[in-house]
Formats: sequence, C-alpha cells, structure tokens
Amino acid sequence: MRIVIAEDLALLREGLIRIFQVNGFEVVEAVDNGPSLIRALTTHRPDIAIVDVRLPPTFTDEGLRAAIDARKQLPGLPVVVLSQYVEQLYARELMSDRAGAVGYLLKDRVLDVGRFIANVKQVAAGSTVMDPDVVTALLTHRSADPLLLALTPREHEVLSLMAQGRSNAAIAGRMFVTEKTVSKHSYNIFAKLGLEPSEDDNRRILAVLAYLEG
Amino acid sequence: MSHSSERPPPTALRSGLALRVSLLGWSLVLLLGAVLGAGLLTLWVTSVTAVALGVGIPLALLSTVLVRWLADLHRQWAADRLGEPVPRPYLPTPEGSWLVRLWSILRDPASWRDWAWLLANSITGWFTYTLSFALFLGGVFYLIYPILYELTPPQVFRTPLGNGFRLHSVQQSFALVPLGPVLLLLWYATAERLANLNARVIRSLLAPTAQAQLRARVAQLAASRAETVDTQAGELRRIERDLHDGAQARLVSLGMSLGLAQQLMLDDPHAAQQLLEEARESTTSALAELRDLVRGIHPPVLADRGLDGALKALALVNPIPTTVLTRLPGRLPAPVESAAYFAVAEGLSNAIKHAQAQHIRITVEFEPHPGTTAGLLTMRVSDDGHGGAAVDAGTGLRGIARRLAAFDGTLTVDSPPGGPTEIRMSLPCAS
Repeated sequence: MRIVIAEDLALLREGLIRIFQVNGFEVVEAVDNGPSLIRALTTHRPDIAIVDVRLPPTFTDEGLRAAIDARKQLPGLPVVVLSQYVEQLYARELMSDRAGAVGYLLKDRVLDVGRFIANVKQVAAGSTVMDPDVVTALLTHRSADPLLLALTPREHEVLSLMAQGRSNAAIAGRMFVTEKTVSKHSYNIFAKLGLEPSEDDNRRILAVLAYLEG
Repeated sequence: MSHSSERPPPTALRSGLALRVSLLGWSLVLLLGAVLGAGLLTLWVTSVTAVALGVGIPLALLSTVLVRWLADLHRQWAADRLGEPVPRPYLPTPEGSWLVRLWSILRDPASWRDWAWLLANSITGWFTYTLSFALFLGGVFYLIYPILYELTPPQVFRTPLGNGFRLHSVQQSFALVPLGPVLLLLWYATAERLANLNARVIRSLLAPTAQAQLRARVAQLAASRAETVDTQAGELRRIERDLHDGAQARLVSLGMSLGLAQQLMLDDPHAAQQLLEEARESTTSALAELRDLVRGIHPPVLADRGLDGALKALALVNPIPTTVLTRLPGRLPAPVESAAYFAVAEGLSNAIKHAQAQHIRITVEFEPHPGTTAGLLTMRVSDDGHGGAAVDAGTGLRGIARRLAAFDGTLTVDSPPGGPTEIRMSLPCAS
C-alpha cells in the first residue's frame, strides 16, 4: 500500500515512516509542510495519506486545510489526520464532503501500533474512523436528545463504537458477543433514530456520524 | 462565517419631525426639572446654613441625594442627546457618621459643580427650554388664529400684536396666519440646536473634570494591575503544580518502567513486555494531561482559527444547543482573543451549570471607533434559563470581571429572577 506522510517534527516523521515500513507500507514521500503535501498528494495519488494538523508555514491548521483541498481535487482520497488534540469543528469539516475514507485521530493512538495500523487500513478501504474523544464529545453534545436517551445502555455502547468507525465484526469482538447480536442492536439503534438501515459497515458508520453531528 | 444584524441608530442620529416633537416633550420635562433644581438649591443652601445649628445635616444629606439623582437624570438625557456617555464624577462616600459623610461631600469638587449647574440650569435651561416651547406654541397660535378669533367672544384675542394693533373682522385676522409657519420653521430649525446647547452645558458641568478623570483612572489602573498580578501568579502556581504532579511524574515512571524492562529483557521477556505496556499507558496519560493543560492556557483552536472558530468549536461540544453569532473584522490581537475567549467560555459554563437553560446564544461583535482601527469588542452570553445570576453570587462571574478589568473591560449582568439572563462583557481593543 502506497502512503504519503506529512509531519513537520523530524523525530515523529521518522517514527511514522519506520512504523509503516515495518508494517509493509511503501512510503512514497514524507513531507514537512502544507504546500508540499498538496503537491505530493496530487502527483503520487497515494492509497492513503497520514497528515499532521499543524504544519508550516502557518503552524495553525495548515495540514487539515491541505487535506481538505486535496480531497476537493481527488474526491475520496483516503486521509488520516493526526493531531495533539481533537477538535469537534475539524472532525466536522473533514467529514463534510460525506465521501468517507477519512480518519481523525489523536497522535497518542499511534502508540497502540497494531490498532493504529488497522485504523489506517480501514480508512484506506473507504471507512470513516473517528477518535474515541471525538465520539465522546459528539455524544455529550447530543446528551439531551430524547431519541438517544431512548437507547438501552448496550445500544449506546454499540452506537459509540460504531461512531468510532468499527465494523460489526470488530464491535462483536470487543463486546464479547456474537456478530448477530451486534446486528440486532444496530438494527434497533437505526430504528429508534429513524435512520435507513444498511448492511454496509462504511455506510452505517457515516449515517451514525451524520446523525450525531446533526 | 459571520452573521450581521440590524441595529437601531442611537437617538442622537434620529432626525426630522419625530425628533423635534420628542424634544418638545423633553423641554417641558426639563423645564420642570429646572424648577425642581432651583428648589433643591434653595433647600441645600438652607440646610447647610442650618448645619451650624445642628439640625441641618440630615437635610443636607437628603438634598445631596436628590441633587445627584436629578443630575443623573440630566446626565442620561445629555448622553442620549450627544451620543456619548456623560460619566458620574463623584468620589466614593466613606462609611461613617453623618458628619463624616457630609464633610466628604463638601470636599468633593463634583458637588460644587452640581450646585453651579443647578444655578446655571435655572437660568440657561429656563431660557432654552422656554424659547423652543414658545416658538412652537406661537407658531400653532398664529396658524389657527382666525379660528380662535371666530370662536372666542368679542374683546378676547383682538389685539394679537399688542394694544396698538386692533383687529375688527375675521378677514383681517387671516393676515396673521403667515406668522404661524414662520415661527414653526424657526422652531424646527432651532429645536435641535437649543437642545444640544443644553446637553453641552450639562456635560461641561456634570461630567468629571480632566483632573478628576485622571485621578479615577490611576486608582482604577492600580487596582486592576494588582488583581492581574495576583491572578497571573495564581495561574503560574497552578500550571507548575499540574506539570509537577502530572506529566513530570508520568515521565519519571515511564523512565523507570523502560529501565526495568531493559534489565529484564533477556531473563524474563514476559515481565519486560508487561513493563513496556505500562510504559505506553504512562505516555498516553502524560499526553492527555499535557493536552488538558495546554487547553487551559491557550486552546490550540483559538490559535488556529481565532475567536470566531474557537467559539464555534466551543458551542459544538456543548450539551445545551448554542448559537454563535460573530461580527469581527478578522483576527484580533492575541491577548484580546484569549481574554475574550475565556470570558465567553466562563459565561457559557456558568449558564450550563446554573441556569437550566434550553438554549444559549453567544454574540460577539467588534465596533470600530470611527477613523481608527481601535474599537470595542462586545460579547453577550444570553440564555433562557431561570435567571437570578449576579456577579457577587458566584466566583465565576467575579473572575471574568477581574480578567476583563486587566484590559479595561467591563462585565454587566442582567438576570431577573425567572430569566432570561444576559451577561454582557466589553473589551476595548485595537483591531
């Protein structure tokens, strides 16, 4: 799998390159600023891009803007945005084109290498992966929603895992139940929230996130 | 994305007939005020004379209260007229016996200026208010003169310009009608000027003198500087403690786990693996603590997106539906952005904690002073909760007021029991 990495701190950049190489990715280019990132993305058209939010020259949200711009030219280009902090506003902007294939994760998540690589592969396959912190914030934001209050604690847990971007199979593994049980829960959730049920994991995740963002 | 809303122009900019008619009404009210003022002046002089006899002190204090009340009403009127505030000049009255209070009032130059104004107002005020009123009444009188002539018995309204000029028929009386429009035009042309003249007299005598303004400003700066230093020292202590007990401690434990793991690597790989796992968890916690700390010092989204973006981000993670309306000319100076952000954030968390509101509304707008880049940043946090908020009730609002004071900002709370609540904060700044 071909990957482009954008990270301005050399130490972290080298660390990311090593992690991806060890896990069988081909790092086609590693850049350290916003303009180079857009150029690298449009020339290489990688299978996945790993982008730090804060990049030179502005040291603000340069990376995020570059990723959004690149996706305007190359719709659905898989991008995982990494950040020292997660911000609801940025998650919303990343997901706003409803094309999927985006990830937004705290840099801390890289420490759990196995899970991080799995997340990156999920995004490359077109899924949406949101940091648990983003999902917690979304659920807090909607804590007064009567439809959400109508969910059972079990359904609530499934909803939160689904919003993080986990497939039914992954949720089943995590909750120690069968995939069929998760299916039943997710059917109930969709019915209670008035959403169109879907067999496709990616579409299900997008629908849930769209609802929570409301 | 910024929204704008229409605002009614201030009274000073209103023009035309409506303004003049309202000024006409005001001149009647102010005329009564001038009469009342003359009465108060007499009362005051009498009571001060009577102080010598020992019975005048309460009377003098009472009349001072009344004079200041009357002066306040006039300040408000002049401020509306001139479109700029006319501040109160009085020194704070000390606690103590009546004699002490009276002495401080007597020593306050503003008191003497009040009495000078009462005297001036009973002369110039009387003149200007009456003139405007007489012009208007005269205009109406001549305009309808033939009707008056016709309706009144003979010998009444027959000598409209003095005894040397007697009218003998209603036809003749029409000759006087043109005087009506002339006087009305004169009234129309002078009404606003006369009112403004009055407002300026009020301002020149009732607003603080330059010296008094400077003295008050120095006192205020000294107080706000002391508070700022206190607040900052407190903040630094908090940050130091957080770092020491949080991230620093985590890093020490991380180093120990790694060192131990290195030792055990060959002899007991399983234990080494467990230590590495612990080390990783330590790192995650340290990062989380640092993140929270940074958010409290200067939220990254504020640095990235400015006040507008940061407030929208704040509203997005809020459990109570919150609307954010901003009207800003781009980025403001960083210290102002930060002060404004934390002020609104505190106001918001206050509303969430105490008001039981259904909806919260945040409005932030920057109004430039004409011809400069400096201006006034106004922030409002309003909610439809149960009200009853007060600056003194909780430490939250008091804290905002202190923070804002460092920038010469102010905080006012309008929160009647039963709601709604509006917290209004203002922050003067350069754009």
